[in-house]
Amino acid sequence: MMAGKRNASRAARSALILVAAGLLAAGCGSSSGGTGGSGGSPGAAATGAAGKVPTANLPTLKTVGKGEGTLNLIAWEGYLQPQWVKPFENQTGCQVHATYAGTSDQMVTLMKNGGGGQYDMVSSSGDADLRIIYAGDARPVNISLIPAWKDFFPAFKSPAFNTVNGVHYGVSLQWGPNVLMYNKKSFPVAPTSWNVIYSPKYKGQVTVPDNPIQIADAALYLKAHNPALKITDPYELTQPQFQASVKLLAGQRPLIKKYWGLASQEISEFKNGDATVGAGWPYQVSALKGTNFPIGAVIPKEGATGWADTWMLAARAPHPNCAYLWMRYISTPKVQAEQAVSYGETPDNKLACPLMNKLQKGSCDLYHANAPQSYFNSISLWKTPVVTCDNGQQDCVPYSQWQQAWTTQVTQ
Amino acid sequence: MGRPRPGGGRPEPPAAAPGPGGGWPGLSAALWRRPWARATLLLTPALAWFVLIYLAALVVLLITAFWRINAFTTNIERVWNLGNFTLIFENPAYRDIVLRTVGMAAAVTVADAIIAFPFAYYMARLASHRTRTVLYVAILLPLWASYLAKVYAWLLIFTHDGLLNWSLGKAGVGPVNLIYTNWAVFIVFCYIWLPFMIIPVYAALERIPSSQIEASQDLGARTWRTLRLVILPLVLPGLVAGSIFTFSLTLGDFITPILIGGTGSNFMGNVIEQSVGIANNVPFAAAMALIPVAIMAVYLLGARALGAFRAL
Repeated sequence: MMAGKRNASRAARSALILVAAGLLAAGCGSSSGGTGGSGGSPGAAATGAAGKVPTANLPTLKTVGKGEGTLNLIAWEGYLQPQWVKPFENQTGCQVHATYAGTSDQMVTLMKNGGGGQYDMVSSSGDADLRIIYAGDARPVNISLIPAWKDFFPAFKSPAFNTVNGVHYGVSLQWGPNVLMYNKKSFPVAPTSWNVIYSPKYKGQVTVPDNPIQIADAALYLKAHNPALKITDPYELTQPQFQASVKLLAGQRPLIKKYWGLASQEISEFKNGDATVGAGWPYQVSALKGTNFPIGAVIPKEGATGWADTWMLAARAPHPNCAYLWMRYISTPKVQAEQAVSYGETPDNKLACPLMNKLQKGSCDLYHANAPQSYFNSISLWKTPVVTCDNGQQDCVPYSQWQQAWTTQVTQ
Repeated sequence: MGRPRPGGGRPEPPAAAPGPGGGWPGLSAALWRRPWARATLLLTPALAWFVLIYLAALVVLLITAFWRINAFTTNIERVWNLGNFTLIFENPAYRDIVLRTVGMAAAVTVADAIIAFPFAYYMARLASHRTRTVLYVAILLPLWASYLAKVYAWLLIFTHDGLLNWSLGKAGVGPVNLIYTNWAVFIVFCYIWLPFMIIPVYAALERIPSSQIEASQDLGARTWRTLRLVILPLVLPGLVAGSIFTFSLTLGDFITPILIGGTGSNFMGNVIEQSVGIANNVPFAAAMALIPVAIMAVYLLGARALGAFRAL
């Protein structure tokens, strides 16, 4: 008994020594790596966009060959409906495997951890694209292999969010607003302002996305209602502007029923009567309309935030031919129209408008596929907040602080 | 010296002679003579797995917690710092989340112990053989169902237009809004982890000889006193063993709070999940993940002092 105990403690001690040795070894190895790497310049790293794209010089495809039989995609819910995925699979033989993500941050993470060969493409939004590009997880795209691209609206041909120094890292897809959703039974008259989601009158019935970019929605509201803050761009907030927006959202917390993570969660909240008003995407609206639920949606007078999505090519996409076939397919007017009508968003291809009206009468006007520039200007498209503001000042709050404030001060 | 190998069936050759042509008979004889070799052979695969995969992963976790990420690209920067830990301990929001998680785990454990004890007592000491089997199956059956299916079932019960409010409406009582609250999370946790409490308590109760209870009664102790002074001390190791499951499982869970929880339902598991899956801040997630590990280490030391491991 005694001997056994002594043996055990000796074994434990040698195990400890082993662990300590391992720690030391790992410590030595990485600290030497750290001094050589980016460790010395956190300031330069935080400004981000000033850096170089690590993958900028990777070769692109010269011609599109035969499909590899598989295509692995990360997408928003509603972006891979059988209506247009099935014909693509039949035409090309590329079987589409989908992973759905709920937020841009999740897409960045999936690309980083799965960019080593699991995923081919991601349908990320403008607030994620640059993070994916500068992390070295996206690959240059030879845009001349995508014929329908020349019919895109000029704003989406080579937008700054997916094209760096003239190098494309994907092909633009569609764009649209984040709308104010309401149950028509509770709101016989459509609300005209975002103030309904900040009003104690609807305590316990409000639902908003569980997403740090939501701080921009608060900033957009304050831009209209608190001119003293002098907010010009909801994604470029100085410390006082940022704090005011976070404070508005912290005050909203008691009114919130749930911060939704997936679109399907918000749909079931409305359906089950747990929420009557909230912020959402046109996808939820058309899904609820599809079940004859009395859902309403407006872009209130303050304007709205919105997104512009891109099918980005992964740096080490295992099925590049299928990926190019997909980019060619998804940018054609017919498929653009199908997705626009199904999801309720605006196509990037200007030839899609008449085809939309064929699918659903009046849908081209409804989803603004031929709207003037002024409509485009009323939507503040998602972009990644960085330290450098557009006026060159270094006093804007970067996205990492948005994320932290969202967890520690808003949702808690 | 060593005992004969169990389960062999054939009597082993006691002599040292290797079988003709070597092979298995020789090997088994050699192993029979060397108990240490037998232990090594049996334990090495499991131990190697444990050390390489499990302990190594924990060590990597420990190291990562002292690194940080690039704020823009979220790539890991191997710069040693304590920033993650100071953030957890100094930021009131993270402190609240840690306390909330420990509080929830403790509440679920106590509630499950209170529910499990009478149930296990009935099963172990009062029920007929047949009833006992039926009850046993009833406890184990939910464990075979998918975790998600069970949580979604509760979502349908608690939701505004769900089964609970429908029944309350029929009974003429006003609706309760349980969905997306911590009460809902508490109830679902209690339900899901209950079998893990009942089984060890039942095992402990079944082991108490009837003669001890009879002796207590013969000596004049009434029911309550027998329960308090005889049964409870003997069941305590079983209760503590069960509590290890309910406590640690609640401490690490993040799915139920996501699906059932509301605005104040961020638990440690959620912070870890968000840090890895959304913010891609693995160093911070590692720092956060070390906290439940530390709490469980303290808890297990306490449980050992109370004799929980004798009941396993």
